[in-house]
Amino acid sequence: MRIESAVHFAAALVLAPLLLGIINRTKALAAGRAGQPLLQPYFDIIKLLRKGAVYSRTTTWVFRLGPAAGLAAVTLALAFVPFGGAPALLAFSGDFLLVVYLLAAARFATVVAALDTGSSFEGMGASREVQFSALAEPALLLGIIAVARAAPGAASLSACLGAVDGRAWAASGPALALAAAAWLIVFLAENARIPVDDPATHLELTMIHEVMVLDHGGPDLAYILYGAALKMWVLGALLAAVLVPVRTGAWAVDCAAAAAGMILLAVLVGAIESSMARLRLVRVPQLLIAASALSVLALILLMR
Amino acid sequence: MSGSPLLMFEHGGVAALDRVPELGVGEFRAHVLDAVNGGARIATFFGRPAPGGAVRLLAVLAEEYSGILQAASTTVYDSYSALTPECPQAHWFEREIAEQWGVVPRGHPWLKPIRFHRAYRDGKDAWRRAEAPVAGVADFFRMEGEEIHEVAVGPVHAGIIEPGHFRFQCHGENVFHLEISLGYQHRGIERRLRGGPSARTLPYMETLAGDTSIGHALACCEALEALAGAHVPARAHVLRGVALEIERLANHTGDLGALAGDVGFLPTASYCGRIRGDFLNMTAVICGNRFGRGLVRPGGAAFDLADEHVQDLERRLQAAERDAAGAIELLWHSSSVMGRFEDTGAVTAETAQALGLVGPAARACGIERDVRHDFPLGIFRYAQIPVSTFGSGDVFARAFVRALEIQRSIAFLKSQLGMLSAGPVLAPVGPCAPNALAVALVEGWRGEICHACITDEAGRIAHYKVVDPSFHNWMGLAMAMRGQQISDFPLCNKSFNLSYCGHDL
Repeated sequence: MRIESAVHFAAALVLAPLLLGIINRTKALAAGRAGQPLLQPYFDIIKLLRKGAVYSRTTTWVFRLGPAAGLAAVTLALAFVPFGGAPALLAFSGDFLLVVYLLAAARFATVVAALDTGSSFEGMGASREVQFSALAEPALLLGIIAVARAAPGAASLSACLGAVDGRAWAASGPALALAAAAWLIVFLAENARIPVDDPATHLELTMIHEVMVLDHGGPDLAYILYGAALKMWVLGALLAAVLVPVRTGAWAVDCAAAAAGMILLAVLVGAIESSMARLRLVRVPQLLIAASALSVLALILLMR
Repeated sequence: MSGSPLLMFEHGGVAALDRVPELGVGEFRAHVLDAVNGGARIATFFGRPAPGGAVRLLAVLAEEYSGILQAASTTVYDSYSALTPECPQAHWFEREIAEQWGVVPRGHPWLKPIRFHRAYRDGKDAWRRAEAPVAGVADFFRMEGEEIHEVAVGPVHAGIIEPGHFRFQCHGENVFHLEISLGYQHRGIERRLRGGPSARTLPYMETLAGDTSIGHALACCEALEALAGAHVPARAHVLRGVALEIERLANHTGDLGALAGDVGFLPTASYCGRIRGDFLNMTAVICGNRFGRGLVRPGGAAFDLADEHVQDLERRLQAAERDAAGAIELLWHSSSVMGRFEDTGAVTAETAQALGLVGPAARACGIERDVRHDFPLGIFRYAQIPVSTFGSGDVFARAFVRALEIQRSIAFLKSQLGMLSAGPVLAPVGPCAPNALAVALVEGWRGEICHACITDEAGRIAHYKVVDPSFHNWMGLAMAMRGQQISDFPLCNKSFNLSYCGHDL
């Protein structure tokens, strides 16, 4: 284990909520508002951690377990994600399957907790979440396989993303670009951003992710918010690793480039949210299938 | 319409109560249905106490193509044969009559309370309930089936909005049917007006539906002025028209912004939120209150406009027009927004006509219905605003009609402010005529506002009936949701933007 890997893991744990802050600030600036403080997501999480929790009598231990289990799964997934060319804390051959399953496990925990409340809203949200994530998963997985083929001989996430450098882009740029495009759509969908979901809405009938967590409060909600921030970091780090192929070997330089990539990604999400409306819910599957199609196309380009 | 026994009278006029024909129930029913089939629309239909514990029903019909109002009344005791099966427009009115007076409209397909209060007639109750009703506790329609599920929303909502309860019968994401249950804000305003007009009358009107302060105050003043035979000065007519149109501008702009917000389109949502405030501030320039409270008074207007204020208004209007045009253009040019607006929540012209929808909701179905055009009073007798219509009946149409009306109201304001006549703005108003009926219609920003005022032998208000445009349109929203996605409900709801307190009174 390299010290850089541990540093990156710790930094991700600390910095993940900042991405949300940057997105919110970008949206505020685009709308001509001063906007909330950059660190507001941290304040929210701290505030929630200091609150008590209220549990409905109709819920069981499943409901209480959901947020903690979800956060644990995402945190573990984070340990497999490399950053700036340096390998991740944990890595083994084929670990990307585990990462995808860990994200699915986190989602499963949220979904069963939502269903446990028996609320019709939360059931609706759970059904939407499961439907959309089932369509987003192939796009993510096929994209990873495409990237792994573009950087041959690598079977772990750390190795294949670490091998995406200028040469890989020169050799199979179109395939990497297609995979990155697919991942951007997955990134927006999985993190409940526009055009798939609207994180700012308060209308329970239109929400996807938010509606599932309506009944959670206090520390549980803090775990959920923090878990969502970590998930954004996990998927964002994958995207940044492909889009910022700076692999000088000097850790500080590579890491700074990757961090800049993350910030730009957050600004890009803010820009997307400031310039387009949300899709009609029935159109979301089409977008996600398009993402899968892009991943498949990337794979086909690499089949030689 | 020769041969019809209905009383015909002009809008803005007053009818002696004894001239309103008193028909037998069967005759009343036949003539009202005849008139509605002939193109008239029920503007108001209500009961009031009659001697001997009876209830006298009074219907006022508005005939758009001739600009004539018709009235007829009949006396009923415990029940009568409902109009609703043949005339869906009467649906909500008959439920109201049943609730208020304990009179059962026999054969009504959907007889449930609408506001959940005790009947005004002692010992009578259309549902024979022993206990005082509680809002929202009713038999809702239910679909049977293994895969059908029910979603109940409200009365407490996630945003800062008014209370209302919505029940959806769904199959997955598809809505089969929506039932709307209101009444959480029933305050009994109409009954508090009896014995007036008093110093409280206008403040009640201005807070009846806070976003329509000018509209309701204007309708009340027009009814009282008709009863008193008062002559409102020309300058006051202009000021009232200006205030009414600014109210429309503020609300339409706010609605377009909110529609953009509901689909997550931030630019228009942010801009329109601010521009709505600019319009509200223009009302404040006139009278010191952003919602126009205290401006419209019987006999004219309580505030005059100084020349520098006129120039100030023109300057603000110029800026707001430019900003609003830019913000609204963004909507039409964003394919992602149009993808959400088009074909969402469509209401056909036939449905709109049958339900008697009013305002932008009706005009979005291609129906030319606008009180300013059909029953003009005050400044609208001299300055016409074109009726803005669009045919598709969907969310886009309702948004587009609002955008057209914004353009046309601004043009109207510019021309009126540019040629403001001199003179007083308030004329004395004498006592109201005794035993008389006055009906005032105003095109508020949501649609037709109808106030009917009946005086007793001393010229005091004996009965007052308010019909907010929402009263006509709530059923339109329910129909718009049929076969839609439940996730599109907030968008459809916003495109109607109906009043809860205006309905609940």
